[in-house]
Amino acid sequence: MRPFRWADGTVATSHSIVWQQATVVDSIALTPVIRRIVLRPEKPSVAAAGSHIDVRLRFGDRTDTRSYSVVDSATDGTTLAISVLATPTSRGGAAIMHALEPGDSIEITQPILDFPLRIGAPRYVLLAGGIGITAIAGMAAVLKSVGADYTLVYLGRSRRELAYLEELTAAHGSRLEVHVGDEGTSLVVTELVAAIDESAELYLCGPIRLMDAVRRAWIERELPIANLRFETFGNSGWFAPEKFTVRVPRLGIETVVGTSQSMLEALEEAGADMMFDCRKGECGLCEVRVLELDGDIDHRDVFYSERQKNARGKICCCVSRAMSPSGSGATVTIEIS
Amino acid sequence: MGESSINKLLGHPLDVWYVAAWDHEVNRTPLARTVADRPLALYRTEDGTAVALADACWHRLAPLSMGTLVGRDGIRCPYHGMLYNSAGRCISMPAQETINPSATVASFPVVERYRYVWVWLGDPAKADPSLVPDMHQMDDPAWAGDGLTIEVDCNYQLVLDNLMDLTHEEFVHSSSIGQDELSGSEFVVSHDERTVTVDRWMLGIDPPPFWLSIMRHKFPHFEGKVDRWQIIHFESPSTICIDVGVAMAGTGAPEGDRSQGVNGYVMNTISPVTDRSCVYFWAFMRNFRLESQVITTQLRDGVAGVFSEDERMLVAQQAAIDANPDYEFYGLNIDVGGMWVRRLIERQLAAEGRLPRATVPVG
Repeated sequence: MRPFRWADGTVATSHSIVWQQATVVDSIALTPVIRRIVLRPEKPSVAAAGSHIDVRLRFGDRTDTRSYSVVDSATDGTTLAISVLATPTSRGGAAIMHALEPGDSIEITQPILDFPLRIGAPRYVLLAGGIGITAIAGMAAVLKSVGADYTLVYLGRSRRELAYLEELTAAHGSRLEVHVGDEGTSLVVTELVAAIDESAELYLCGPIRLMDAVRRAWIERELPIANLRFETFGNSGWFAPEKFTVRVPRLGIETVVGTSQSMLEALEEAGADMMFDCRKGECGLCEVRVLELDGDIDHRDVFYSERQKNARGKICCCVSRAMSPSGSGATVTIEIS
Repeated sequence: MGESSINKLLGHPLDVWYVAAWDHEVNRTPLARTVADRPLALYRTEDGTAVALADACWHRLAPLSMGTLVGRDGIRCPYHGMLYNSAGRCISMPAQETINPSATVASFPVVERYRYVWVWLGDPAKADPSLVPDMHQMDDPAWAGDGLTIEVDCNYQLVLDNLMDLTHEEFVHSSSIGQDELSGSEFVVSHDERTVTVDRWMLGIDPPPFWLSIMRHKFPHFEGKVDRWQIIHFESPSTICIDVGVAMAGTGAPEGDRSQGVNGYVMNTISPVTDRSCVYFWAFMRNFRLESQVITTQLRDGVAGVFSEDERMLVAQQAAIDANPDYEFYGLNIDVGGMWVRRLIERQLAAEGRLPRATVPVG
């Protein structure tokens, strides 16, 4: 292998959001629950590793966006592939995406890069939980191409969550480490983090339980926080989404948040004038204050620290939800800005 | 009249190394520089490593170059105090307990070589340091000299055109290095995928004033005819090192014996700033009288005077180009070196998808 002699650097790409039409070129089932969808955008643009696109979907009389990582793309950007997992708790986007057929047209953004890979670190661990591989696979390909020292860790509850196992095994050989829950080879996060040294960078995309476990182990080991890189679209929680009631006494609002909508969306529909920006649990602008809580909070954001989450006093309403440990339906009473 | 194919405002490749600054300009106070339309904040970490970050904070785009350096490798935004490390990652958001994972600024690959800080603004996975153009005379112990920087308000390609055809010396630099044998002499041009060479010899001529004075640094009482050479070495995308010199006529310089002469290297590397401005880094290096600081200073000042004549012409040319948008460029036989430079750059632009492939002949 070529000695690693690349200069340090991260990709710079435009953060501008450019909406355009894309044509579905192909849609194939990789596993019973995951489809790979190849798109041809009308305005091709190169997708760097770690990029995602936003897709605008129509739900009855309203539209909403979903974010999907670009798994791979043509070098000139003329086609790009995403992969979509359908779960019983999907908010409805996966069903629409799975129904796409070649020739269909959908509205997407040009690739957006919020999760850039830095070239030049001495060592890398790439950690993908299930469908999280979509953000990670491109990074592994780049690190292989520059001869970097990397390990790709790919895990799922079962093999049907590991849609890209075959091709990643072929591409990365002994650098690939696989953990499958129902085969008794689950990842022990503390062991993974214990083996990481100060100069290594870890790139992580996966469910929130995995992210929280890695982050906790990382902080406990006092590893440099800037070396833990992750991306979340705010769509996974510690618990399955359930219906709950939200009340805003000052505005006389009481509404039910359905399983396929966010608290922010429900409040907007109920007529509240809501502030927000990222809609993926990062920025904190959609914060609401909890006045009363019957039930518990499923914090799905990465804005609050563990201390703040445990205090249950504030919620990022764009992603986080109320839940009822007894299953009888939670109610949260809040004040908004 | 045939259609002209010569691009008046050439774009700049990005998957290449450009000089952002002299090594001594980058230190523990942030420096703002724009290279290829990308504003950069340049600084050094405590261990001396040069860093180039995008000069716009992730939050509200305040220039990081107005900020302060913190700790081993950090820079703090001057506006709301966000702290970034040299990889461009935010490591502190003062007003909250966590850090937004999206909060990064681009950190561009940097290589220090030949007394310059080079940056790579394209795909970092292609940023191979072995692609830095050869300017080894800049810090080779067998050579001595120094140079300066010129900010020129013209497309960088006009500077490359200027350096690839030295017949302009006869008209632009008539008092120093110009002479009419320049346009009267033959030249030979060759090229490969990354380089273009223009080789010109003028045999048995009177040395122009600049060269006579340099000959006398080595041969104090020299008088008479000389053989003069100019061998122009272009390396993609914008570095031109010119092997120049004179030797006593008939002493074998064209065959390789330069012992009865003086040899210099005019080192030039041009970094686009915008499509109508560039920064021109140059130096004059010599391989004789290495011990003499006064010769270093005199040569640097002498060449600075010559290059100020070029700058005046280039700025006027760019203004005339912009004032005559309906007029085209046409070619002369003397342009062949510069035309190969344009061809190589256009191929690179096409390879980067930034110029339609159909417009560039394939190699």
